[in-house]
Amino acid sequence: MENLTDEKIKELKIIANNIRKSIIEMLLEAGSGHTAGALGMADIFTSLYFHILKHKPKEPLWVNRDRLVLSNGHICPVLYASMAEASYFPKEELKTLRQFGSRLQGHPHREFMPWLETSSGPLGSGLSQAVGMAIADKIYGGDKTIYALLSDGEHDEGNTWEAIMLANKEKLSNLIVIVDRNSIQIGGNTEKVMPLGNLKEKYQSFGWNIFEVDGHDFWEINNAIYNAKKNKDKPSVIIAHTIPGKGVREWENDYRWHGKAPNKEEAEMALRGLGASL
Amino acid sequence: MLNQNLKLNTKIFNTDLEKISTRQGFGEGLLKAGSENENIVVLSADLEESTKVNIFAEKFPDRFIELGVAEQNLASVASGMASMRKIPFIASYGIFSPGRNWEQIRTTICYNNQPVKIIGSHTGLSVGPDGGSHQALEDIAITRVIPNMVVISPCDAIEAKKATIACSLTKDPTYIRLTRNNTPIITTNETPFEIGKAQIVFIPEIGLAHVGIIATGPILYKAIVAARELEKKGIKVKVMNLSTIKPLDNDAVIALAKETRAIVTVEDHQIAGGMGSAVAECIAQNYPIPIEFVGVKDKFGQSGKPEELEKYYKIDDLNIIESVKKVIKRKV
Repeated sequence: MENLTDEKIKELKIIANNIRKSIIEMLLEAGSGHTAGALGMADIFTSLYFHILKHKPKEPLWVNRDRLVLSNGHICPVLYASMAEASYFPKEELKTLRQFGSRLQGHPHREFMPWLETSSGPLGSGLSQAVGMAIADKIYGGDKTIYALLSDGEHDEGNTWEAIMLANKEKLSNLIVIVDRNSIQIGGNTEKVMPLGNLKEKYQSFGWNIFEVDGHDFWEINNAIYNAKKNKDKPSVIIAHTIPGKGVREWENDYRWHGKAPNKEEAEMALRGLGASL
Repeated sequence: MLNQNLKLNTKIFNTDLEKISTRQGFGEGLLKAGSENENIVVLSADLEESTKVNIFAEKFPDRFIELGVAEQNLASVASGMASMRKIPFIASYGIFSPGRNWEQIRTTICYNNQPVKIIGSHTGLSVGPDGGSHQALEDIAITRVIPNMVVISPCDAIEAKKATIACSLTKDPTYIRLTRNNTPIITTNETPFEIGKAQIVFIPEIGLAHVGIIATGPILYKAIVAARELEKKGIKVKVMNLSTIKPLDNDAVIALAKETRAIVTVEDHQIAGGMGSAVAECIAQNYPIPIEFVGVKDKFGQSGKPEELEKYYKIDDLNIIESVKKVIKRKV
């Protein structure tokens, strides 16, 4: 993993902007889906797919690739848009999101798109699967990094904490979790629906290595992952503070955009803000 | 009489009949499978000894993971390991796995079509004194309903061992239903076993059978005992060991239905959704004839000796005999 230069950051910003445009276009076409989280995670996905991940988009099942598990599958527009941007499949295919027969199912389904590491949607089991991958890689002597992307809301699920305990027990230093700490979930603010409090301290008390970053700052994201990879005896979590709806000022921090797609006027407005048009 | 072709245990009607639990057979099968395939890993949710995975764990500690009392994690961690080309066996009591973690089994294992082998021990009323909370009577129903899943309910320790080894060689998500107590050895090492193949273990001395009994799990023994009693009374019976509940051996079930035109299903499980339901789905579509179901009738279990419970919940050999007589009256 190389250091980030100013030039590289400039490049990543352009890519992230493209991914946001794709997200809005595909959600408009689909007519339903999850907007806020997808936009909020665009910078982290850009960092991963265009700088951090060890992967080969032209050889998606390359056996030594790093593994990326998206646990909160509902933000899959950002996953699909990033994969298309990285040339896993043509960008035109993004318009088939949520349509009958599409490889881009409403929530990720590996049977339709075998280049996904796992299917997801039901919350709270992605971290367990990533832990399983990390254990398998560790006991069979691999050198992959397993990345798990989690929402803050899915820390309501007990299953997530079961996995957090096991990762500590097994000393999974090859596991890096990124928590999308955007403080919203489908029913409102996370602290109102079910207070998560200080996630950093919670992970710390479970024996994890902790980082906290601005989820829109490429340098901070990169630096945290760089330092997490240096660690050799603990799993690492990066609590990434993100703005739901990031990039479209009118939607930012509004939980009502968690679970809905834009209509034509809204999409046009959003795309204008991103320097594009329908 | 016993079907000679299957090389079953000839001592089956002796008083000194050997009894071993199906969980023990599983534990031995797992050791053998694990010795032959280094990709087999075993995950336990704090029931290492009573699910008999300790036999594997002692030999292969590096491929054994203890996750604590966390069955949801058990299922989904196994899915992650399977995606890295491992063959995980996950072991718990049936009530907790596939009970507690049903959605994780559905989504992370079956929806992903990962070759995780789910071992549910201590199923059925035969758990006895532990009481209703621990007697899994719904596990066949909740596993066979999930696409991609294979469901096996071995009749004895030897078949459990064979089923364990056989399923370690397939890519299918698989549920194996086991029981706690020592139960009669019905088969031998020479008895053939194939996932998806039913076997007629008991046949009339001469001529065609009047009734077909289809049983799954160790309760098969009671079905054989009942068949022998019925034979003495002149009622000719064929008994099928339906150890693979899914995929169902449709051909064998239909052939038995055509010969007997009356079926009794026998299982230590709820009637709703269980093996009998699977048989009924097949028969209703292919060759509709009367069926009687011996199983638990929409009730939870309770503490007691297995024999007391089997009598109270009407799943013992006397009830099998009654059901055979009843189905004969319904024959058209």
